[in-house]
Amino acid sequence: MCETCGCGDPELVPVEVQEKILSGNERQAAHNRAHFSEHGVLTINLMGSPGAGKTAVLEATARALAHRRLAALAGDLATERDAERLRAAGIPARAITTGSACHLDADLVHRALHHVELARVDYLFIENVGNLVCPAVYDLGQAFNVVALAVTEGEDKPLKYPVMFRKADLVLVTKTDLLPHLDVRLETIVDNLAHVMPEPAVFAVSARTGAGIDDWVAWLERAKAHRRASGVAAHHAHAHGGPHGHTDSHGRVDTHQHG
Amino acid sequence: MHEYSIVQSLMAHIEAQARAHRAVAVRRVAIRIGELSGVEPDLLRTAYDLIKERTLCAGAPLDITAVEARWACRACGAGVDRGAVLRCPACDAPARLVSGDEIVLDRLELEVPDV
Repeated sequence: MCETCGCGDPELVPVEVQEKILSGNERQAAHNRAHFSEHGVLTINLMGSPGAGKTAVLEATARALAHRRLAALAGDLATERDAERLRAAGIPARAITTGSACHLDADLVHRALHHVELARVDYLFIENVGNLVCPAVYDLGQAFNVVALAVTEGEDKPLKYPVMFRKADLVLVTKTDLLPHLDVRLETIVDNLAHVMPEPAVFAVSARTGAGIDDWVAWLERAKAHRRASGVAAHHAHAHGGPHGHTDSHGRVDTHQHG
Repeated sequence: MHEYSIVQSLMAHIEAQARAHRAVAVRRVAIRIGELSGVEPDLLRTAYDLIKERTLCAGAPLDITAVEARWACRACGAGVDRGAVLRCPACDAPARLVSGDEIVLDRLELEVPDV
C-alpha cells in the first residue's frame, strides 16, 4: 500500500523513448535552413580554434567578394571585437555573445537573424565560438561547415579532434605564409585529414598574402550556383507574410517578423 | 564543455515523457552516446548528477551505453577500420559512418501512481 494516500503501490513503467536528445536544436536548425533557402542565402558555419584565423579569412573574403552582398554573425564569449573587425572590412556583422557557452546553437542564431535582412544577402558567414570541440555538435541550419585550421596549430590536430573534422565539408588550412618558419608539412595535415574525413576537401590559404583565397572564393561561388541550380526549395512549415511565433527547445516563446 | 546544455535538453525530453505518463518520479534513465558524437560520457554524468538533484530524476541513475564508431564503404558496404584512411581499400569509394554519432534517449523507467 502507498503510505501517503492509500492508493496502492506506485507502478514502475518502462518507457521506450528513442529520441534524439538534440531534436529541439535540430528543429530550430531546420527552421533557420528554411529561412536561408527562401532568400537564396548560402550560409557557412565557420569553426576553428581560437586564433585559427577565422576573422582574418572573412576579411580576405570580403576583399575578394566585394561584388557580393555578405553578412556575418560572430559568436564569442565576450566582446564585439570580431564583429567590429568584420564591419571595418565591409561586412555587416552582428555579435552573438554567449556568456560562458562554448558554442552557438540554432536558437541563438535564429534570434540574431531577426537583425539581418536576409533578402539582401548572398552569403551569410556564421563565425562560431573559437573552439575545436563543442560547436561541431550543434547544427545551426548552415549549408556547409567550414573549419579553419592554422598551420601553427600543428599537423596532428585532425587526429586529436576527429569530431570537428568529420563534420567539416571543407577545411581551410590558414596562415600558410608562416610555413617556412615551422616544422609543419602541408602534406601531413592533408594525410591526417584523410583519416577523419571520408572526402577531405582542403584549401591552403593565407589571409595575409591572399594566397589560396581565390580557390576558397571560387568554391563559395560554385556552391552558391549549385544551390540555385538544384533549386533547394524552401518548404517552410508556415507562411512568412506576417509575424509568427515559435517555441524553442527551452520552451521560450518568440514572436517576430522577417524582413 | 557543452555537456550541461546536453543534460538540459535531456531533461526537457524526460519531463515531457513524465508529463505524458503522469509519472511522479523517474527511476532510471538510459541513453546512448556515440564515440564521434562530441559528447564526453564522464562529463555528461557529472553534469547529470549536478542537475538532477532538483528534478524528477533525483533518484534516477543514468545508464550510458557507449557506441563505437563504425565506418563502411559507401559503395560495397565493406567495413573500413577506424583510424585508417576513410576510403574503401577495395573500391576506393569514401566511407560513411554507420554508427557512433548518436546522442539518444533510449528508455526511462517511470514511477506512476497506481489508480
